[in-house]
Amino acid sequence: MTKTKEEPTGAKVETNNMSNSKQEAAASSSLIQIKDLDFFYGSKQALFNINLNMLEKEVTAFIGPSGCGKSTLLRCFNRMNDLVDIARIENGTIHIHGHDINSEEIDIIELRKKVGMVFQKSNPFPKSIYENIAYGLKIQGVKDKQILDEVVEKCLRGAALWEEVKDRLNENALGMSGGQQQRLCIARTMAVSPNIILMDEPCSALDPIATAKVEELIHELKTKYTIVIVTHNMQQAARVSDKTAFFYMGKLIELGKTDDIFMNPKQSQTEAYISGKFG
Amino acid sequence: MSTQNPYKKKFSKNKVLESTWTWIFRFATYFIILCATYLFGDILVKGSKTIFKPDFPFINTTFLTKSPQTLHVFEKKEIMYQIDDLKYEIEDAEIIIEDDKPSPEILNGLNSKILAWQKEIKVLDKKRKETRFLYDNDDFRELEEPPNKKLYKHSTYAYSGGGIFPAIAGTLLLVIGSMTIALTLGVSSAIFMSEYSKPGTTLNLIRLSIINLAGVPSIVFGLFGFGLFVIFLDWNVSLLAGCFTLAFMVLPIIIAASEESLKSIPTGFREASLALGASKWTMIRTNVIPYALPGILTSSVLGIARVAGETAPIMFTAAYALRDQLPWEDLENIQDFFFQGVMALPYHIYVVSSKIPQNEYTQSMQYGTALVFMGIVLGIALTSIVLRIKMRKKYKW
Repeated sequence: MTKTKEEPTGAKVETNNMSNSKQEAAASSSLIQIKDLDFFYGSKQALFNINLNMLEKEVTAFIGPSGCGKSTLLRCFNRMNDLVDIARIENGTIHIHGHDINSEEIDIIELRKKVGMVFQKSNPFPKSIYENIAYGLKIQGVKDKQILDEVVEKCLRGAALWEEVKDRLNENALGMSGGQQQRLCIARTMAVSPNIILMDEPCSALDPIATAKVEELIHELKTKYTIVIVTHNMQQAARVSDKTAFFYMGKLIELGKTDDIFMNPKQSQTEAYISGKFG
Repeated sequence: MSTQNPYKKKFSKNKVLESTWTWIFRFATYFIILCATYLFGDILVKGSKTIFKPDFPFINTTFLTKSPQTLHVFEKKEIMYQIDDLKYEIEDAEIIIEDDKPSPEILNGLNSKILAWQKEIKVLDKKRKETRFLYDNDDFRELEEPPNKKLYKHSTYAYSGGGIFPAIAGTLLLVIGSMTIALTLGVSSAIFMSEYSKPGTTLNLIRLSIINLAGVPSIVFGLFGFGLFVIFLDWNVSLLAGCFTLAFMVLPIIIAASEESLKSIPTGFREASLALGASKWTMIRTNVIPYALPGILTSSVLGIARVAGETAPIMFTAAYALRDQLPWEDLENIQDFFFQGVMALPYHIYVVSSKIPQNEYTQSMQYGTALVFMGIVLGIALTSIVLRIKMRKKYKW
């Protein structure tokens, strides 16, 4: 990767969006604060100096061409990158609820309970629908059948799945359709009552109708959860998100209100991307 | 329309080559099937003579429930003498043929005589079998009135009476013990290698050496077990030493197959599990091992067949040629159970077919044991296959 001109991209974003004082005020009230983040896979730098704040109960969409680092950034929020041996954060911090999630004293299990994740490929466990939802609680040692029943129903209702599956809770989850499976994964995430739900291209393997249902669900969920969604589908980003961040070659190019980004992007690269000139 | 058909079959060298190869492959397959059929058929036919009997309950329960014993055979002297006489005549005739080189007429006469005598022997032999009495040592001792010594000839054959129950019990104990040890150690190390340890040259080296262990001859494992468990750890020739030796022999198979089936589980399950707040061990326990079990079971079927069948590793470490009491009899304290030698089916076959004089009575013992042995291995294999299918149904993706 060639070194681009040393122009802090973070600064661009600030000027793009709001004045400095406003930015600081926002930062203190934001749920997720990323500061000067440099991320490496081995010797290859994947993220360059990312600065980003996300507010509570807001949907933020990450867009950008493949390999631009948006999934990598998403997986930093629940430290999923710990699974990759060669991955490391060189510089910068990520604060969630004002706590540095990469510090020594963070219990990664507690973090992941609060920051749920829905994956690109729907991955329900090959168990019953009921077991899938109850899993998160069962591993915490909840054995009370009544509590489990309640949570299962609540989560399935929350994911608009209850009516479709209430008669076959004990059937294997892999017998469901792709869209149902993905909504089951969202429901499963909700069972451990997170504050933040990360979605990594949740609709990339779904047909348009299933996609519409998931998007509808995201609309409902944002009253309760802070959502970060990575997507390749720009219409989807436009439909579901409040804010959109555009990434390119590991850099955050532009962040702004979704309408602004799509109607009148400030950066030429953003404009080129959303108008389909590259990526 | 007299134009030549361009699609007409033509003779070519390639086609001959093609069909030759097809026939070579076909012949090889048929040959294998033929050999296997002969082998199993032979054991089945000869073995079932020992295991099954024509009258109720159709199964020779003595053979399956008793210890090996000396066989006492009483045969009618009268018939025996007749047979001996005929054999003597045949011998005489053969000597004449060999040494005197008689004229063709006499030779023909002798040959037809020999044939007639042989026929007669066959008839007499059948009669002998019908009129003889066979007793185990136990039964013999309880006899109030043994057959009249004047009328009957009494002969004894070691290992040819009774049954093979101690060997069945010993083999089952060895299989259960060694598979428990091998699965515990093997699956644990497979989990460590595939889930915990860092991939790299060291791990690859370790993996390579484990897989290479599978190629070590079983007699070498036997010597290893003898040196380590029997002598160095002073366990003597014992069930425990045998179990450990056999376990080390199948470990490579189990480790390699377990690792393979652990790796075949999609990363999605692991990630989803971790993302829901599972610790690493919880993730492995709830979302890796259950799905890997069918594969691990498949490999252990192979392991079981090997463990049950190997003679060399238990020869010096666990097997007794003869042991009257069963493994759970006459125990002073509980650890004696593990530190006693046992009989085992493969070793028993070895003993009755190479360590004692051969005769029709030992032969029935050999084939009977072999058939029981095959039945047991088949039974265990079927059980694990059924278990595997059931699990596959439960966890399917």
